[in-house]
Amino acid sequence: MSKDVMADLKRDHIMKLLSKGKRVDGRKFDEPRPLTIEKDFIKSAEGSARVHLGDTDVVVGVKLMVGQPFADTPNKGVLTTNAELKPLANESFESGPPDKRSIEVARVIDRGIREGKAVDMEKLCIEPEKEVWIMFVDVHAIDYDGNLFDAGNIAAMAALKSAVVPAKRAGKGEDYPLPVSHVPISVTAVKIGEHILVDPTYDEEIVAEARLTVATNEKGDICAMQKGGDGSLTPDEVLRVVELSRKVGADIRSKV
Amino acid sequence: MGGTPLPDGIKLIDENGKRLDGRRPDELRPLKIEAGVLKRANGSAYLEWGDNKVMAAVYGPRECHPRHMQDPTRALVQCHYNMASFSVDDRKRPGPDRRSQEISKIISEALTHVVFTEYFPKTSIDVYIEVLQANAGTRCAGLTAASVALADAGIPMRDLVASCAAGKIDDTVVLDLGKEEDNFGQADIPLGYIPRTDEIVLLQMDGDLTTDQFRTGLNMAVEACKKIYDLQRDALKRKYASPARGNDKDVGVN
Repeated sequence: MSKDVMADLKRDHIMKLLSKGKRVDGRKFDEPRPLTIEKDFIKSAEGSARVHLGDTDVVVGVKLMVGQPFADTPNKGVLTTNAELKPLANESFESGPPDKRSIEVARVIDRGIREGKAVDMEKLCIEPEKEVWIMFVDVHAIDYDGNLFDAGNIAAMAALKSAVVPAKRAGKGEDYPLPVSHVPISVTAVKIGEHILVDPTYDEEIVAEARLTVATNEKGDICAMQKGGDGSLTPDEVLRVVELSRKVGADIRSKV
Repeated sequence: MGGTPLPDGIKLIDENGKRLDGRRPDELRPLKIEAGVLKRANGSAYLEWGDNKVMAAVYGPRECHPRHMQDPTRALVQCHYNMASFSVDDRKRPGPDRRSQEISKIISEALTHVVFTEYFPKTSIDVYIEVLQANAGTRCAGLTAASVALADAGIPMRDLVASCAAGKIDDTVVLDLGKEEDNFGQADIPLGYIPRTDEIVLLQMDGDLTTDQFRTGLNMAVEACKKIYDLQRDALKRKYASPARGNDKDVGVN
């Protein structure tokens, strides 16, 4: 109950500021939070990154193991993305197996990497139909202040770019850098009232009616999208978010 | 999505601009909707869309389980999307997987937008979607069937949600991908849309699209949703206009 009262109070506060063209933390509507990226944060991972997007703190570790390819892609490596929304990161996260929220986060981040063709999967083939590299991208929320989709995507891309294929350890020749060929970047915006806000904080997410994540590549083409939330968006609003994503995404890409 | 070449040099669009099943780029697969097909459920709908066969049932508003999920201010719309093990070529392991959980989540959100949830605090409105035969586009088929089932259950709604996907095959933007087009195509954009208010309540996309292609696809799916919306309304009208089928589960037990 107290959560609802707080949400109402926060909503009033956020709405009042929005009507004056302001956000709680003073950002412009199309302005993401400050971003810091620390690559190679975890020694035991083949690639890793810790990303702060404002007060959202995410660690991504990439592990590579030799395994079997899928039957329909005998000459390609395998990508597996998982998101851990652990209770240490936010009061709304619960222990236990992944719930729908963390499954959605993982699948949206996965879709960006996969559909954006971030990694040249054919270069992860060791022997067609027999052995390929299985790539595990694990997203850990450390401190959650909203927009895990983008923080996770940025951290995952940074981790992939820093990753080395541990061929020597597995007795498969010399180590080589993970072949990253594209850097798809996702940008999420939420709709509150009539307003569209890029990179929402947790409070903004709580009061938002709808959310849209759009991943774009270097060319500015769209590679993945996901709408969320109980509310709706008009086709025009969707196209506005697409443009915002291309613009903000290009900026973020230059930092990854 | 993307990349995988079609076997034997088959093209998804032939020299006459026709697709594998003979459709034009902006043509829907045949779609049939029937409302009120199940006895036990409070509301239901059966839908055949190309080679998709989907059943939707609604139970509720009823007591919300688990209890801690209860919302004192409104009903919870809980969708359970499930694919039958025999619905696809390779047997699907029964039970929820990550894909079906994600689909359940986004369909729940889309339906929540149209249900007057504030009329039924603390309750749950359970929507069960069973995909009996799958041939691409099952989430759209499921959402389309589910909104008819909700209306059939007499649950107060702002409107029906219609749903359809657009996509890209052979560098051409097309409507309503079939299975081969989905497997070997370049992009897919499932959309859930309310024509009357011009609102998008479900939207996903994967693949590779320029902004212009996306705009074209979105328009195509929006126009298709308007047609599907009419079919949904017809299905409901047919049920309630027909004295033979009638609304027999609600009348005359005594």
